[in-house]
Amino acid sequence: MIEAGAVFSPLVGAIIAGFFGRALGDRGAQLVTIGFMTLATLCGVTLFFDVAFGGNARTIVLGTWIDSGSFEASWALRFDTLSAVMVGMVTFIATLIHIYSVGYMSHDRTVPRFMAYLSLFTFAMLMLVTADNLIQLFFGWEGVGLASYLLIGYWYERESANRAAMKAFIVNRVGDVGFALGIAGVFVLTDSVGFDAIFAALGAQGTTTVSLFGGEVRAVELCAVLLFIGAMGKSAQLGLHTWLPDAMEGPTPVSALIHAATMVTAGVFLVARMSPLFELAPVALSVVTIVGASTALFAATIGCVQNDIKRVIAYSTCSQLGYMFFAAGVSAYPAAIFHLFTHAFFKALLFLGAGSVIHAMSDEQDIRRMGGIWKKIPATYTLMWIGNLALAGVPFFSGFYSKDMVLEAAWGAHSAVGNYAFVCGLVAAFLTAFYSWRLLILTFHGAPRADHHVMEHVHESPLVMILPLVLLAIGAVFAGAVFYEPFVGHHWKDFWQASIVIAPGNDALENAHHAPLWVKLLPVVMGASGIATAYVFYMLAPGIPGRLAAQFQGVHRFLLNKWYFDELYDAVFVRPSLIIGRALWKGGDGAVIDGFGPDGIAAAAKATAGKVVKLQTGMVYHYAFAMMIGIVVLVTLFATGRL
Amino acid sequence: MNALGFPLLSLLTFLPLVGAAIIASVQGDERTVAQNARWTALWTSAIVFALSLILWFRFDTDSAGFQFTENAAWLDGLGIGYHMGVDGMSVLFVLLSTLLTPLCIVASWQSIQTRVREYMIAFLVLETMMVGMFCALDFVIFYVFFEGVLIPMFLIIGVWGGARRNYAAFKFFLYTLLGSVLMLLALIWIYLDAGTTDIAALMQHRIAPAAQTWLFIAFFASFAVKVPMWPLHTWLPDAHVEAPTAGSVILAGVLLKMGGYGFLRFSIPLLPDATAALAPFIFALSAIAIVYTSLVALAQTDIKKLIAYSSVAHMGIVTLGLFTMNQQGIEGAIFQMLSHGIVSGALFLCVGVIYDRMHTREIDAYGGLAGTMPRYAILFMLFTMASVGLPGTSGFVGEFLAIMGAWQVSKLLALLAASGMVLGAGYMLFLYRRVIFGALTKQNLKGLADLSPREVAVFAPLVVLTLWMGIYPSSFTVFFDQSVARMIAQHHAALAATRQLAGL
Repeated sequence: MIEAGAVFSPLVGAIIAGFFGRALGDRGAQLVTIGFMTLATLCGVTLFFDVAFGGNARTIVLGTWIDSGSFEASWALRFDTLSAVMVGMVTFIATLIHIYSVGYMSHDRTVPRFMAYLSLFTFAMLMLVTADNLIQLFFGWEGVGLASYLLIGYWYERESANRAAMKAFIVNRVGDVGFALGIAGVFVLTDSVGFDAIFAALGAQGTTTVSLFGGEVRAVELCAVLLFIGAMGKSAQLGLHTWLPDAMEGPTPVSALIHAATMVTAGVFLVARMSPLFELAPVALSVVTIVGASTALFAATIGCVQNDIKRVIAYSTCSQLGYMFFAAGVSAYPAAIFHLFTHAFFKALLFLGAGSVIHAMSDEQDIRRMGGIWKKIPATYTLMWIGNLALAGVPFFSGFYSKDMVLEAAWGAHSAVGNYAFVCGLVAAFLTAFYSWRLLILTFHGAPRADHHVMEHVHESPLVMILPLVLLAIGAVFAGAVFYEPFVGHHWKDFWQASIVIAPGNDALENAHHAPLWVKLLPVVMGASGIATAYVFYMLAPGIPGRLAAQFQGVHRFLLNKWYFDELYDAVFVRPSLIIGRALWKGGDGAVIDGFGPDGIAAAAKATAGKVVKLQTGMVYHYAFAMMIGIVVLVTLFATGRL
Repeated sequence: MNALGFPLLSLLTFLPLVGAAIIASVQGDERTVAQNARWTALWTSAIVFALSLILWFRFDTDSAGFQFTENAAWLDGLGIGYHMGVDGMSVLFVLLSTLLTPLCIVASWQSIQTRVREYMIAFLVLETMMVGMFCALDFVIFYVFFEGVLIPMFLIIGVWGGARRNYAAFKFFLYTLLGSVLMLLALIWIYLDAGTTDIAALMQHRIAPAAQTWLFIAFFASFAVKVPMWPLHTWLPDAHVEAPTAGSVILAGVLLKMGGYGFLRFSIPLLPDATAALAPFIFALSAIAIVYTSLVALAQTDIKKLIAYSSVAHMGIVTLGLFTMNQQGIEGAIFQMLSHGIVSGALFLCVGVIYDRMHTREIDAYGGLAGTMPRYAILFMLFTMASVGLPGTSGFVGEFLAIMGAWQVSKLLALLAASGMVLGAGYMLFLYRRVIFGALTKQNLKGLADLSPREVAVFAPLVVLTLWMGIYPSSFTVFFDQSVARMIAQHHAALAATRQLAGL
């Protein structure tokens, strides 16, 4: 009952607010959705402690969904440590963001719609994490995609929002093709789509090979890589990341909930959930590590030059997701989930803080037109400090524990890809601290760069917005220290139990505990020097960034244009699709198929008929002549005995 | 007679004709006739639907055989009889036909104002033909209904259609007739070979492998046009664009399924060797259909044409799934046909809603409807997502199972089938964005009324079915589980027999 309460309460709230929003009014819709979210949180947090700390893992089967031969997927709620951690985190943060939205969206025209979408999203996310088979996971996966699409395009009158929403959905779908094929591969390999049955059958399939485009590959490797492609789409990893920065077109609470704290981490969750599969697939794990590490570094470089406050944080999210992936790639899944967990708090805090700034600045998002406002909005300012301290991994904030653990695990892998991830992660740690303080300084310090109208209106956000921030800040400060021991401490196995499987020999996590002092200190040093550099660049000598940008114009433009991924994809995929579509329509269907098919035959028939018609002239002597010839022919044939 | 004690299937088939006769006999001025025709047609089709629900409740899902069978002597000495019955593969199509017909009649309530009497007669005759075709268990009877469908549909497009209705109607007629002629030849050949046209008996008859290829091609000519498969699909966009809304609904909802059903009923069971040999050919055409028509859909400027092309792409998934010859592939294909019947029908109704108000199908004429027609926007979103194959809607199950089936045949094939997931999202969301989203700038759109109660009533059952089929699809797949399993088993047994013969 409590399990269903945690998952289905948000759906009930969404349905009521969505369909009876006009009758309920704004306030009613807010109360209903927040009420049901609170209920979900009570259930979710209770389950978190009961399942994760009490060890009461369980699965509740609700009914059959798809049943076709041996392909059987049920609707079920699976609560083991992994999903309990996610459920607790998702319900808690989603509720805070619902509350925050009351203040942030107070001027909006369709508040019930917004609240309904948020609750719908939460429901889909909960279905995703509590799935006990790949198909239900896919249901949640696509459900959050739909909610994300609807919320990015929430302000549907804006062309840019619509474009961003479509882009998010379609880029995610590219990843989903990988996911769907991965499911097909797993199904054919293990004859099942339920997790327990898959994991039970995998042991015997470790060496099975399948033919692929003429070659032979190990089936588990193929499945793992395909599933990871799905994860890349949802978690905005290098190559399929282009939708995430654009997703910032959505209202800020959406960015915080979906595009930072929860949905985008679904990919990491998928890899952790499928750990028994990935553990059999070392090549796939290397791919995960390399992609994750590259994303961590790549996104951080872009984050350093962006000027939209939300986009900076979006690239930061992209980069932090990279950390989670390379942790998973070196088999340190608990470290990945630990970072996911702490990240949810401080990244939601940062986004909501940014929302509070935007709210104060009359919807301004460009940090070049901010500055000098820290005294006017001290609460927001303090909270943003906390968020950035956690993000940069400053000691004893939550990010410090998880990021250090991730980096130590990369080092602890003692492999080439592990070292690559370690180096990328270190450099990214420097960049993270740098862009975080660049953001902080440009937003709050220095001379005001906004016009006086805006400056006069700068005001602290209402309590309904600040309170959720405070709660998140508490998480951003303490979540790391409190949950370090159970999540990734020496006895992590007691905590995760069967929900995460790490093959013997893959002991990056174990080695991480015995990392030498320099490995433990280096991330902090990198973070501190990043902060110092930002301080020098933007407080002490504000001329430096401009001079650097001028000096390395090419690099600067390359970063500013986000490595030209959008332009590349537009030129390679989007425009050609439209051109080819048009060509196939006019040329293929119109000219060739119809031209030689029905229209061509019809025209030919008409032309022939036209000629035949000419034979019938109506002149009696023409007919008489034809008859004469006919008679002659007949007589000749008769005479020669051929008739 | 069957277990029910009365000939249910014949009743379902011929009751609409009774309604048509009543409509034809009504006297009076034009308005009375029209109103009478509407109500009579609605009542008739509603009663037929209610009766057809007996099939849903009384069908024995544990049996793979034919049920509700009726046998009557007709051309007895010739081995041709009046034989009706349904099995798991056909029963849901009967229900689909009986469901969509009353909805179409309601949907035409106001949009058809000329020759209402004839229109309603045409629809009832069409229903007779459709139901009869899915129930027929004698090849000759099947052929009569299969061809009979053409006539009312030809008239619906040709009389009540749009500006280029004549071109579209003739193109539709000639395309499908060409295929039918070849099927008739195949039918005659099989009759001479087996001495009967009873389908149940034909299942036991073994056709020489050498002849199978030619018969397969003859069947293919007929069914592939109906499906339609690439490159025989160009009649469909024209027919859809010119047909009145309800015509499009039936065309997409039921008529396209006749091709897939034909493959299931005849090509695959009767011609196992040719099926196995020519499957790669079907796969190639299906994969081309998915990618090619999806790209073409992306370039469309006419809403109906876009949805018509999307139908071709979705039917590509169907033909692909049918010939995978595994449980997931075939069940996916059947499910996709049922789902497409509901979803594409609903999408054409969605187009009809705005066409009735604005009298244009140009995408560019719209934009920003979400503001003035919020209820319509929600409905359109639901069916868009169902068309895209979002889990939780009916569109997902069929597509996903077909991909599962395709993977077992070839990984490349599965990849091509799955590419439809991306392209489908592309053209449908692009359409939705241009019609529903955006700023409401066009003056003439500002006063549009949201859905009327009549329109809501038409959509309601389709919404329920879309979600029901998405959330609890096993209540539908259970109908054809057994029939499909048996067909696959027989297929493999037949192939094994051929191999044994070749070995001897």
